Amino acid sequence: MRHVDYVAMSPGATRTLTLSLFLVLVAATLAITIWASRQTRNATDFYAGGRSFTGFQNGMAIGGDYMSAASFLGIAGIIALNGYDGFLYSIGFLVAWLLALLLVAELMRNSGRFTMSDVLAFRMRQVPVRTAGSISTIVVSIFYLLAQMVGAGALVALLFGIKSGTTFLGMSTDVAKVVTIVLIGILMIVYVVVGGMKGTTYVQIVKAFLLMIGAILLAFLVLMYYKFNLSSLLGDAAAKSGKAEAFLRPGLRYGKDIVGNPTATLVSKLDLISLGLALVLGTAGLPHILIRFYTVPNARVARKSVVWAIGIIGVFYLLTLALGFGAAALVGRTAIVAQDPGGNTAAPQLAQAVGSHYFGDFGGSLLLAIIAAVAFATILAVVAGLTLASSSSLAHDLYANVIKRGQTTERQEVVVARYSAFAIGAVAIVLGAFARNLNVAFLVAVAFAIAASANLPAILFSLFWRRFNTRGATIGIYAGLIAAVGVVLLSPICWGGVSKARPAATLTAAQAKTCGVAPTSKEVSNATALFSCTTAAPIPLENPGLISIPIGFIAAALGALSSREKNEDKYAELEVRSLTGAGAH
Amino acid sequence: MSTDTPSVPPGTEETPSSQNRYVEVEKTAEFANLRRSFRRFVFPATAAFLIWYGLYVVLSAYARGFMDAKVVGHINVALVFGLLQFVSTFLIAWLYMRYASRNIDPLADQVRADVEGGEAK
Repeated sequence: MRHVDYVAMSPGATRTLTLSLFLVLVAATLAITIWASRQTRNATDFYAGGRSFTGFQNGMAIGGDYMSAASFLGIAGIIALNGYDGFLYSIGFLVAWLLALLLVAELMRNSGRFTMSDVLAFRMRQVPVRTAGSISTIVVSIFYLLAQMVGAGALVALLFGIKSGTTFLGMSTDVAKVVTIVLIGILMIVYVVVGGMKGTTYVQIVKAFLLMIGAILLAFLVLMYYKFNLSSLLGDAAAKSGKAEAFLRPGLRYGKDIVGNPTATLVSKLDLISLGLALVLGTAGLPHILIRFYTVPNARVARKSVVWAIGIIGVFYLLTLALGFGAAALVGRTAIVAQDPGGNTAAPQLAQAVGSHYFGDFGGSLLLAIIAAVAFATILAVVAGLTLASSSSLAHDLYANVIKRGQTTERQEVVVARYSAFAIGAVAIVLGAFARNLNVAFLVAVAFAIAASANLPAILFSLFWRRFNTRGATIGIYAGLIAAVGVVLLSPICWGGVSKARPAATLTAAQAKTCGVAPTSKEVSNATALFSCTTAAPIPLENPGLISIPIGFIAAALGALSSREKNEDKYAELEVRSLTGAGAH
Repeated sequence: MSTDTPSVPPGTEETPSSQNRYVEVEKTAEFANLRRSFRRFVFPATAAFLIWYGLYVVLSAYARGFMDAKVVGHINVALVFGLLQFVSTFLIAWLYMRYASRNIDPLADQVRADVEGGEAK
């Protein structure tokens, strides 16, 4: 091994521990997968885990599928750096589940079979609707998948202390990121191809269990340090943040009041509302979440599983408050930013800090390694769920019902689904390797915005609006999809220049260099923009939801009204079946 | 594309008589009652939580003075409001569970038995 520059956070002992825990985790999940493969005999086993999970098991698996690395590391990091505003994410991500519980989960369980498009296509013409539903499923899943893989690459590089200029096992940062992305890609393909929905579900249950244990332990240690006095934790966090009480109030990151610039203030507030909208409406349109409702025997168990999920996810997001503010107070902004400017390592750093405080240096290393392994498990479970959702849709919607027009056997469909998992996984690995330095938040925001703009209108209108039809569903999906992606492509995420609505940012030397401007330049508003730091964005909003979600709903409604297609009998059947479970799979 | 006709998803092929059975059942008073009890809870509950959440987001953006007010120690209105969103989410989920098992499930079982009984050869 070549000479390694140890960084403060990752001494050799931690690396060895972390790596060993990673290996244990991989071995355990692979064993589960192989065990699950023995129980996977037919299409229902592969796509829906035999519909045999209990409400609690599926609730855990939903939590495992939903609480991504972005929410564990990302939200803790945003709270650690921006204080209260990170809490907005936690709230939006949780409240969103009520929509799934009240309007979607049970009706979907009763009327669908394996994919989201099963419900959309129930009373529509199969080919156009399934094509649209499948395209949007795959696009949403790929964006989400990229976010997780890119995040994993960055995370592993950081956890092993591989910074630019240093190496680990002879790998530079970039090489290490690519290697991580490829390894995670291979693992997720194995989980899905071998274990199907059963294997994936158990991986998610194990992950949810580990994540909850890790978060509870860490939050408990933080609160114990403050003698379980939330106010003194908050006070200490505010004092150490250098922003005093403002740290505990909304407005440091989102919905900023920009003095002397009413346009920029308005845009910043609209951006906050846009984000809030996408968070609350996106969840019930995420295909990898929707297919989890098929893994239980009936709608009542689906209901129970969503209630369990709300409990688990709610408790977890409450804990992120303690983790985020705890990191701000006990690790401190300077140390967090030094490790990762985005704050994604705040939670692992907190683990090391409280571990050392209570149990000495080895305790710090051990706790850090445990939290790192939990984060790794988190990523594995989410990517497996996403790969399964997109390969199911590719096989069940596009192959079996569009290309073969329903003339295939289940056995063939499952074979195609397994090949599809290979294909999706391979595409994700290649895209992930190219996108390894992209902003993770951007990728997640796009996925949520597409889910809310393209999928949700089609799902809700299909279930509740008699007049809805093929044209409404297809136009709604395509319009929502194009609007969400289009707005992002015209947003400050892609174009970072200064405009009336986007004031200049203070640049670091490195940012100025990447953008090719002087460090004192006032031309740059977003130095991490994808296409250009100096061209102003045509649409000043970072979050597309406020524009794209209404477009999706209006396009779906107008599309439906402009077509004379109506099928009263099929709607009657959908209503009766979705509410009673008669004829359910 | 425009020429294919509505078809049923594979695996759910319905005989004409079973589809007619759904159409008949949909017109019954029992089914109307089931639909009403379902919608009577979920529509108002959805509207309520969306408005309550919307209020929180809008106040976070515009009512800074109100949100910044101290409640006790370092705990301010914004934090309490945020925590109340958790409380309301848990509460609505629990209320829905209770309502559904009392007021929806028995009706659904009845209508379902009706559908399946009518299908019996």
